[in-house]
Amino acid sequence: MSDTQTFLDTLKARSQQRGVEPTWIAARRQAGAARFEAMGFPTRRDEEWKYTDVRTIAQGNFALAETADFSQAQAAALTLPLDAYRLTFVDGVFSAALSDLEALPSSVQVMPLSKALSDNHEAVGGPLGRLTGVDFSPFAALNTAFMEEGAVVRIAPGTVVEKPILLQFLSRAGAPVMSHPRILVEAAGRSEATLIEHYIGEADAANFTNVVAELMLDRGAILNHYKLQEAPLGDLHVASIHVEQGRDSRYSSYNLNLGGALVRNDLISDLNGQGAETNFYGLFFGQGRQHVDNHTKVNHNAPLTFSNENYKGILDDRAHGVFNGKVYVKRDSQKIEGFQSNQNLLLSDRAHIDAKPELEIYADDVKCSHGTTTGQLDEDAIYALRTRGIDKATARGLLTLAFAGEVLEQVALDVIAERVELAVAGKLPERFNLAGLVEAAAALND
Amino acid sequence: MLQVKDLHVTVDGKEILKGLTLTINAGEVHAIMGPNGAGKSTLSAVIAGKDGYEVTHGSVTFEGQDVLEMEIEERAQAGLLLGFQYPVEIPGVKNIYLLKSALNAQRVARGEAEMPAPEFMKLVKEKLGFMKMDASFLQRAVNEGFSGGEKKRNEILQMLVLQPKLAMLDEIDSGLDIDAMKVVADGVNSLRAEERAILLVTHYQRLLDYIVPDKVHVLVDGRIVKSGDAELAKELEANGYEGIEESAA
Repeated sequence: MSDTQTFLDTLKARSQQRGVEPTWIAARRQAGAARFEAMGFPTRRDEEWKYTDVRTIAQGNFALAETADFSQAQAAALTLPLDAYRLTFVDGVFSAALSDLEALPSSVQVMPLSKALSDNHEAVGGPLGRLTGVDFSPFAALNTAFMEEGAVVRIAPGTVVEKPILLQFLSRAGAPVMSHPRILVEAAGRSEATLIEHYIGEADAANFTNVVAELMLDRGAILNHYKLQEAPLGDLHVASIHVEQGRDSRYSSYNLNLGGALVRNDLISDLNGQGAETNFYGLFFGQGRQHVDNHTKVNHNAPLTFSNENYKGILDDRAHGVFNGKVYVKRDSQKIEGFQSNQNLLLSDRAHIDAKPELEIYADDVKCSHGTTTGQLDEDAIYALRTRGIDKATARGLLTLAFAGEVLEQVALDVIAERVELAVAGKLPERFNLAGLVEAAAALND
Repeated sequence: MLQVKDLHVTVDGKEILKGLTLTINAGEVHAIMGPNGAGKSTLSAVIAGKDGYEVTHGSVTFEGQDVLEMEIEERAQAGLLLGFQYPVEIPGVKNIYLLKSALNAQRVARGEAEMPAPEFMKLVKEKLGFMKMDASFLQRAVNEGFSGGEKKRNEILQMLVLQPKLAMLDEIDSGLDIDAMKVVADGVNSLRAEERAILLVTHYQRLLDYIVPDKVHVLVDGRIVKSGDAELAKELEANGYEGIEESAA
């Protein structure tokens, strides 16, 4: 309980600092705090947290950042080299100086959550908390109690947003802080957009990020959602992403996890209208003692809905990965298709994966498959590469990169695909380092 | 260049090569022919360093080096390259990665600098053209989803880029239609050079109409029982291996 109390004390101090808020926001906060206090942090006795121990978060003492100071040059080095509409948050605090919404068309609204809250904007009044309620998890409750900052995105019907919308979260080194960003996206009918969440920071940072994203796709909307998690290796990262999909909408998630000491992602799509399609592509790469947990769920709540999921894990050293993927087919949701695949590659004897695919089907005319495999590198392929003069270590590196490549092929944004490819190759143990090779091969394409 | 002396090899306790002796000099093209099960593929696999083959007696030297003591990649770096009968599919590894890392591994082993990207690209494009292969092929995964003919062309392409001192081609003609075989044979013939040797392992004489060998050896039951020039291959085509086996017995 004392763990919980530390967070409640911080919350109380923050509330006293804060000015008077609209009643509904104050009520939400109170509900979040109460729910968090009642639930406490999850333990491994909770089925949903069976493989993930969150004590490093629960026992931490995290302040709330007061400023968004960050050097322009340093931020520029961390920023994805993409032409994008950009909102930047430093330890959760919005930085106008590092943001750029120039030439944003009037049919798209992008604003920091703080502005939407202080304006009591209609974009937050209804939608906020509709998909991720305080009951979802203690972390969702905590996020609701603390939420101050984040991003609100509204896309008008029929709008094709030409440039990606980039939400950049920078983590600073120094005394540990926490942030609880909230992301709200309303994609109206037949709109089309790409949203990127990018987590990155200073190498020595050890902060806690607890983000909640609520994404609403109206009829025929298309949203490509990249979550590129390259947080510093000391960072703790918990994310809950809820997606609500109307008829004929298409959502694609690219959940790319490279950083963080402790990472937990919950990704849930509700397919509520016929013809809705969801694609979950995931890649997680763990080394050292990194712990990366991905929980996904697709709810086929309507007939003729489609889901496709491919998650790949690469674990080295003593890294621990978790994949828990559920496909749920509601009663009488006929003619749905749900495919799920999870493959894991263990590069070390001490790396560990807990993989749990689950199907729950209450309809009889469905096409579903799921499967998980875990293995080592293919010895025949290593031999074939060695007969070409490639040493054993490089051969292993090439094959590791190839394994990741199967997910990265799905990534339409080359900047992100190449960056992750480079990160996976470059972050492999020294002897596997192929970064130079990847760069050279990329140069050949020009 | 290559000396194989009284080589005895067992696989799973069964003796496959029973005293094979063979000398290949620079500039020569040798063909080893023989019936199925004679040990043709075993010879090239042992020279390349595949696991599971136990050398119980004899030696293999390449330019004075003891091949059997070398790591698999060291053999390739020294210029000994095997073209597979059944090329392995390597999902996700692009051909361009394979070619570049293989070429540079060889150069670094020789104490040379890595080849600059533009020069490498020029080289690869030229060789691709020679093998009548499209540039898009470079971005495809090694052998994945390739037809039999494409896989064999790919083996030869690797040879053309890597320019081995001794190219060993194991049943490079199997599964090829006549057009593909001509392209493959042109590729192999382009490798012929004073300083290079080629060892063809084949079951059929047909390939030898397109790549005319200097020496033909007949391998039966783990030993070379007869050697001759290109005429010997024609003889085998006409009379089969049976006559040879009898005369050897």
